[in-house]
Amino acid sequence: MSTEHLSTVIYQDTDQQVNRCYGCMKCSGGCPISFAADIKIHEIIRLVNLNQLDKLLQCKTIWLCAFCKTCKQRCPNDIDSSLVMDWLKSKALRDDVAIAMPNIPILYQSFLQSVEKLGRVHEAGWISSYKIKTKTYSNDLKLGLKMIRKGKLKLLPGRIKNYQQIRKIFSCARKEL
Amino acid sequence: MKYSYYPGCSLCSTASEYNLSSEAICEQLGIQLKEIPDWNCCGATSAHSASAYLAVALPLRNLILAEKMGLDMVVPCAACYHWQRVAHQEVVTGTAIGKKANQELGDIIGASYNGNLQVKHIMEVMLQQQVLELLPKKITKPLKGMKLASYYGCLMLRPAEVVAIDNPEQPDSIDKMAQALGASTVRWSSKVDCCGGSFTLAESGVVDKLTFDIVSAARRGGADAIVTACPLCQANLDTRQKENDEQMPVFYITELIGVALGMSESRQWFKKHIVNPLPLLERFNLLKKG
Repeated sequence: MSTEHLSTVIYQDTDQQVNRCYGCMKCSGGCPISFAADIKIHEIIRLVNLNQLDKLLQCKTIWLCAFCKTCKQRCPNDIDSSLVMDWLKSKALRDDVAIAMPNIPILYQSFLQSVEKLGRVHEAGWISSYKIKTKTYSNDLKLGLKMIRKGKLKLLPGRIKNYQQIRKIFSCARKEL
Repeated sequence: MKYSYYPGCSLCSTASEYNLSSEAICEQLGIQLKEIPDWNCCGATSAHSASAYLAVALPLRNLILAEKMGLDMVVPCAACYHWQRVAHQEVVTGTAIGKKANQELGDIIGASYNGNLQVKHIMEVMLQQQVLELLPKKITKPLKGMKLASYYGCLMLRPAEVVAIDNPEQPDSIDKMAQALGASTVRWSSKVDCCGGSFTLAESGVVDKLTFDIVSAARRGGADAIVTACPLCQANLDTRQKENDEQMPVFYITELIGVALGMSESRQWFKKHIVNPLPLLERFNLLKKG
């Protein structure tokens, strides 16, 4: 990374001016995952302003962000912290740091592999792929079987006609990174 | 009224009852839905975390396909609706990602998006004056006596400048519809809370806590059931209630519109639910014992 301040780099990439934050903590107050976060959102924003990239890339919170946008909706300075979280997630993956919650990027990856291959997401397929990669087969097994019995999970995948177009969109996205 | 229709992936699988009920009520109310041919996944909860570009480019392809049909787009899924609106916004406001994605999609599929389209959530379609005037004439089974907790979640409300279906902190569109069907709606504190979305797989403990809080709040408010307009919210609230606890049914608003319109096929939709809503509907004489 360049020697530029973290808040400047994040501003360039996400358009979020985190240095506007005056620490009112409305983001952490409304955040649904605050109870499980190791660093609260207002602290994340503070650490960006203090240029503490290492601490940020190793924390759990960036992976726990559910992208619910409550923080963005309530921020008096119009900072969308969820976009800062996304930036930090990508950075953590690019820099190959030890991920605090490794199953979550595998979840996203399994989902997107299904979309890249088929053009649509095949739920039974991507969920199985996630469970194999993370060795979590037994979690929610009873619920999964119930959902199959109820016809809630379609077992056979379908592919869109112009699936090649989706693959091209994905390769454009890789060039963007 | 004629619209292009984007069902999205969930509605073809875990939320098929949302798809069936949306199509059935639209047909009954004279709203024509034409499915967008060869639509693709909007990227939902995953694309944005991998690449901001992907989160715009995937839904943009659907906008281009719908624009070719010359029909405004209707979307029942809150997440799909959210991402289609985001892509629209990125292009019409001319952001760097919007411009780039539109240009590259032009090369890939031979057409770009001109922004001449409105993306509407199915609630917006149902709350149009014309539909609200027609409803009382069509309702044969008013939901009299039923107390509902309207649950909006995140993606159809926030951020307000992009999705704007309702007031982001005090929404009432689902309440209005439930009341138009004859039900009453309760005052409760978790209308706009998050259910945890896709973490139900990776961090089920987090989703267990969030959904427990939401269902408990609905019960404290005095509700008989929860009603929502998002397949992720419905799935999380429906599947994460403990078998040994008292359980609360979680409806899609379109299912309840179907019940009020007296559609007998609604029984098939409810077979897909994990928490069985039939005893409640039978108690209110809305469906015959089957």
